[in-house]
Amino acid sequence: MAVTVGPKLDAYTLRGDFPIFEHSVHGQPLSYLDSASSSQKPRQVLDAMREFYETSYANVHRGVYDLAERATARYEAAREKVRALINAPSTAEVIFTRNVTEGLNLVAYAWGLDNLGPGDVAVVTELEHHANFVPWQQIAKRTGAEFRVIGIDDAGELRLDGLEEIAKAGRVQVVAANLVSNTLGTINPIDRLTAWAHEQGAIMVVDAAQAVPHRRVDVQALGVDFLGFTSHKLCGPTGAGALYGRRELLERMSPFEMGGEMIRKVTIEETTWNDLPYKFEAGTPAFVEAYGMGAAIDYITEVGLEAIEEHEHDLVGRAIERLSELDWVTVYGPPPNRRAGIVSFNVEGVHPHDVAQILDSQGVCVRASHHCTQPLMRRLGVTATARASFYLYSIPEEIDRLIDGLHKVRKVFA
Amino acid sequence: MDDQLYREIILDHYKNPRGHGVIEDADAEAEGMNPLCGDEVSIYVAFAEDGETIEDVKFSGRGCAISQAATSMLMEMAKGRTATEVATLPKDELLEEIGVPLQNNPTRLKCALLGLTTLKVALHKAKGTPLPEGLSGFDELELK
Repeated sequence: MAVTVGPKLDAYTLRGDFPIFEHSVHGQPLSYLDSASSSQKPRQVLDAMREFYETSYANVHRGVYDLAERATARYEAAREKVRALINAPSTAEVIFTRNVTEGLNLVAYAWGLDNLGPGDVAVVTELEHHANFVPWQQIAKRTGAEFRVIGIDDAGELRLDGLEEIAKAGRVQVVAANLVSNTLGTINPIDRLTAWAHEQGAIMVVDAAQAVPHRRVDVQALGVDFLGFTSHKLCGPTGAGALYGRRELLERMSPFEMGGEMIRKVTIEETTWNDLPYKFEAGTPAFVEAYGMGAAIDYITEVGLEAIEEHEHDLVGRAIERLSELDWVTVYGPPPNRRAGIVSFNVEGVHPHDVAQILDSQGVCVRASHHCTQPLMRRLGVTATARASFYLYSIPEEIDRLIDGLHKVRKVFA
Repeated sequence: MDDQLYREIILDHYKNPRGHGVIEDADAEAEGMNPLCGDEVSIYVAFAEDGETIEDVKFSGRGCAISQAATSMLMEMAKGRTATEVATLPKDELLEEIGVPLQNNPTRLKCALLGLTTLKVALHKAKGTPLPEGLSGFDELELK
């Protein structure tokens, strides 16, 4: 699992890069344990975006003047940073999106509508975020394809022994899974799922929202066909994300949205599409945000993805150990050695909303929700959980404050 | 803030909810959902012989302390009133009863009003009374 390759990161020093930690909440120090929802932003990213607006701002593409050329160059430089981060073969295979949800919908619509039909099967997992679940469920309905779900065991890990049964439902054409579960932190065996998908003649679509910010992800090593992630979870701004797609597939697909840079030639009778990746980028893109995402990629790469993974692994181990000491707390999901920096839990007899509310008064931010994974909630037999999640700036003291806060929850509801 | 929010009365209603249960063959019923957390509440109404007075009202489902306590208080408020009175019951009247500051917490306000909204939907379905303002969390099918 977490292999030590470089020096450990120093979260206390890194926190100095994040202005938000200079502020207090309800008079308490901020314990931000909700990075799986969205990460905080370092000064380096905020400064980069401000500098772009102040010195080089104009719309990208088709500008003849110097300012527009500079803006375009920055946008495309960000694309190269995304490519390098996930080791995509070419920037032609890196599409900028608004977020992961848009990227996954792009695949479901632009690929699914033309490639699924009666007798075909779309497969997702019980661990999926709605963004990688609902599009396939709905496109399957529209095309007459079957929809199947890979279940989980009681530890929250995929039951690959169910694959054979799923294959009997028809021609499996697409398998969609997340690399890391946003609710349980389960690290899914994407390499094995991809091998199975390809054996069936299916494409593999990966939601890497909870993976790319926290560990090294290599699309070529994984062999996946599509992989999406988002900027705001990796220290970058909201409104930007990226989708990797294998070139042969992207070339054969129709556009998702139309207008703007994705056009080559338009006549009254016909329209032809621009080259990749622009064919899938309609309208003025969020290019300053894409540039900010590039700055965020520089930031996390400099800290070191291996160091981030190890740091979060240490923290989640500590959190699970401390939570498990409380016999009135239920922890969901796999053991620490098989999960990323996310832990979902419930306090006996107390709704997660109330848990989160009381923790908030202690300056501790956790999410209390179904985490956009309602089928998983049903499988766990709950309507919601409280969830703590970690990032490179998280420190052990935040876990201590979480535990102290939970004792307070217990006291209020005693 | 939590000390204000989790007043004794809230915790009391949460731990000992009034009118918790199901009315078989209810004259009116509806199921509401808080899309935020997936909490569900079902409300059942039985009318008196005049077909207008709420003789009995119960709720089932699960949720946070605020939603459960608010719904529990609502059961006490609604019993004995007419469908029209309850359908037009201002939400402030319930919020006053709950008596905890929720104005600056729109998320928790939704929790507090889930029961009232669901009760109004149940009455709408049975009696055609007006739907509450800012209705959300109900499938269109549910309202037919």
